[in-house]
Amino acid sequence: MSADWVSVCAVGAIEPGMAGTVPVEGAEEIAIFQTIGGAFYALVNKCPHKGGPLSQGIVHGDSVSCPLHNWRISLQSGEALGEDKGCTPTIPLKVEDGMIWLDRAAIMARAEA
Amino acid sequence: MNLQTSIPAPRHADAKERLVVIGNGMAGCRAVEEILALEPDRWAITIFGAEPRVNYNRIMLSPVLAGEKSFDEIVINTAQWYADNGITLVSGDPVVHIDRAAQQVVSRGGRIESYDRLLIATGSDPFVIPVPGKDLPGVVTFRDLDDVETMLAAAETSSRAVVIGGGLLGLEAAHGLSLRGMAVTVVHLMPTLMERQLDEAAGYLLKSELEGRGMTILTGADTAEIIEQDGRVGGVRLKDGTEIPADLVVMAVGIRPNTALAKASGLEVERGIIVDDDMVTSDPAILAVGECVQHRGACYGLVAPIWEMCRALAAGLAASPRGYEGSVTSTKLKVSGVDVFSAGDFSGGEGCEDIVLRDAARGIYKRVVVKDDRIVGAVLYGDTQDGNWYFDLLRQQQDVSDVREALIFGQAFAAGGALADPNAAVAALSDDAEICGCNGVSKGKVVACITGGAASLDAVRAGCKASASCGSCTDLVERLLALTLGDGVEESAKTICGCTSFGHDDVRRAIVERGFRSIPEVMQELHWSTPDGCSKCRPALNYYLLCALPGEYVDDQKSRFVNERMHANIQKDGTYSVVPRMWGGITNPRELRAIADVVEKYDARMVKVTGGQRLDIFGIRKEDLPAVWADLNAAGMVSGHAYGKSLRTVKTCVGSEWCRFGTQDSTGLGVKLEQMSWGSWMPHKFKMAVSGCPRNCAEATIKDFGVVCVDSGYELHIGGNGGIKVRATDLLIRVATEEEALEHCAAFVQLYREDAWYLERTAPWLERKGLDWIKAQLYDDPGAVKALAARFYYSQQFMQDDPWAQRAAGDRADLHSHVGRITAGPPADGLLKAMEPAE
Repeated sequence: MSADWVSVCAVGAIEPGMAGTVPVEGAEEIAIFQTIGGAFYALVNKCPHKGGPLSQGIVHGDSVSCPLHNWRISLQSGEALGEDKGCTPTIPLKVEDGMIWLDRAAIMARAEA
Repeated sequence: MNLQTSIPAPRHADAKERLVVIGNGMAGCRAVEEILALEPDRWAITIFGAEPRVNYNRIMLSPVLAGEKSFDEIVINTAQWYADNGITLVSGDPVVHIDRAAQQVVSRGGRIESYDRLLIATGSDPFVIPVPGKDLPGVVTFRDLDDVETMLAAAETSSRAVVIGGGLLGLEAAHGLSLRGMAVTVVHLMPTLMERQLDEAAGYLLKSELEGRGMTILTGADTAEIIEQDGRVGGVRLKDGTEIPADLVVMAVGIRPNTALAKASGLEVERGIIVDDDMVTSDPAILAVGECVQHRGACYGLVAPIWEMCRALAAGLAASPRGYEGSVTSTKLKVSGVDVFSAGDFSGGEGCEDIVLRDAARGIYKRVVVKDDRIVGAVLYGDTQDGNWYFDLLRQQQDVSDVREALIFGQAFAAGGALADPNAAVAALSDDAEICGCNGVSKGKVVACITGGAASLDAVRAGCKASASCGSCTDLVERLLALTLGDGVEESAKTICGCTSFGHDDVRRAIVERGFRSIPEVMQELHWSTPDGCSKCRPALNYYLLCALPGEYVDDQKSRFVNERMHANIQKDGTYSVVPRMWGGITNPRELRAIADVVEKYDARMVKVTGGQRLDIFGIRKEDLPAVWADLNAAGMVSGHAYGKSLRTVKTCVGSEWCRFGTQDSTGLGVKLEQMSWGSWMPHKFKMAVSGCPRNCAEATIKDFGVVCVDSGYELHIGGNGGIKVRATDLLIRVATEEEALEHCAAFVQLYREDAWYLERTAPWLERKGLDWIKAQLYDDPGAVKALAARFYYSQQFMQDDPWAQRAAGDRADLHSHVGRITAGPPADGLLKAMEPAE
């Protein structure tokens, strides 16, 4: 019963190498990724380039390639990698009791944005 | 060695402070040992244990199960130890209540002990997945000696076991039961084994090894229920309907800190009992240690951190605190003959660099993750002798920049002096030194090949076979090229991507010749330099395997571009467009009505006629796709594959049926071509057209395969493209009948499928290989067209299963739904809350 974290889904809901989406009322959709190595990350589901849904990209290492124009985005920092410049907001995430939890304050911040 | 009653201890002098320990496990007893080492005479100690026996080494239960050790061999503290140290052991009578106000504990048997300090070391409980049948006789966990005894008894009388959980504990249980003669199936929820300790590549090697030992490993397998038979366990049913018969089911899916007692007594508890750096809980008189605690947000399930906690606890009690600062952990799998080691964090991250060494011939995979010149993680498979060295470097946060070049080769090599300059190390090798282990090529032979005229990696591979098999010596060969020729080294053919030193042709050939069956296997055997590839090589490998193994290879969705994963075309706003198939561009009122209904029902914002004579419905949300497809299926339409590296469309003119110039039934042939070739995956998109006369209204001469009908039969054209660089087709051959036209088309498509590089259209492929080469492949051998066509038809029987119908029936519903939803709460609390995903 932590007030700082919102539980979103079970860990098993997202396969390694794939992403799940979480619509947020009044704010931008969040994408939750699991890398093939097993790490979880949450980002706003929007490429800094043209707003492509990152959740639909190919996940490799700890980055995702945007499905629209193949920009490579770091899952950890949200920064565009390589020559491209831009950043997608990240949402702090933790895994506990088999559930994925997102940082309430970060979601609120996006809701106000 | 059961001890049903308590061991009496000598009377304590009244001056001694009273320490009560709840938990007679490894953490509780080690803590007591540490306390006695610092202050041997301060405490009168009472230990309560739930199990009716002395303290034993729980991590050695696996060897007991496997028959490699006996229980007596894993006892840590004998009855004598308790007696010698004046400890009262109350075993088989667990504490059920803590009265913090009175500083007393109460046992189940009614025994009351007062304490000055209380130590909670209740450990953890196995997590039992809440499925029907979990309480049936024959379902056990793997936590204590009773569990082991149950398993051993089962192994004597029955033959089939299912282990749920492919983590460390589950695999050790499976190994033990397998050695005891049972047929073991491991059911693991995640796609790779031990995913918390191993990456995909090492998980793949481990799975192959265990399968080679006769175990059945099911990954991505979600247990639905445990089946009852005659009042006890009869098997396991998975969510996909698979049933596995079993006489014994072992649940080894994980552990949870045992915090019930602490929670009931009002101590601060989250996932574990909250402790500070001296292992003191929210009550200063109560300490806690081991798997039941949560320290700085982390809970531990391994033994090494517990030892560190016990030292900190004893020091804190003795008023000379050293403070526990958390642990970096390492893991070794206790399965004899399988060497697996992992430590630290290898999930990658910003600024992390992977150093990967793969030696396919020896079954070795090593990966060290370096960040800011320091090791942050390591995974070793097959050769773990440097595990402790890496772990030391990791824990001490040592700067490894000096040894970085040689790091992956291990301590012996890194310390051998070659570290400063790898070129010098290669130059120093004798001419007899073996460079390529696969083909037995010495340094002298490689250098001779280079001085004999081979100026590129490809030329060396062709000339002396060095680096031509697994590629692990590519780096050495490249250094020899540089040492021998300096600036005279020529670039080799393009590699697939930065993850490999091999080109597309090398990889395709290796897949066929060496029988690779999965992406991790290709990456391991061909020494990929990244752990799981990139967005260039993953889709390419997926296609090459699919093409080489029709009907056998299981498509890897995570290696598919979005459109092929979603079976629709993503648009810039994230919605999708949907193109139903219209054979040969012909439609009818029923199909048109269904399309019109879909447009209105799902509020599609636009419908457009495409260049390939189809209707494209724009603006469909991913959640609505299965329903849209169900509606289109109901009108008899299937996927149009407008999204795929596959057959797109066959464009036709009306031909002899209507047109006054038509020479043949071009629409009829177009429909037949499309029915023959729809659904096949290809290196890139593939478009066809059939024109009924040389006026060529269907624009057949800018298609990948085009037919121009003439009075005497059919002209077959190949390699056209109407894209950025327009290319008109080349004439392949003239044939007399429709049947021949169809067969030559199938043969050409299959040649393209088997030879072209991934994402290479027919036009550049034809220019690269030459029209003569393609004609030679098809016509030099009189049986070639038939043989190629037969391979295409064979492959097509597995491909022509409408993917839309599968999705409409519920397949991969996860791709079309959200995993969760966050809604604003009622205005009163203004909080956000998560809700279950909508249906």
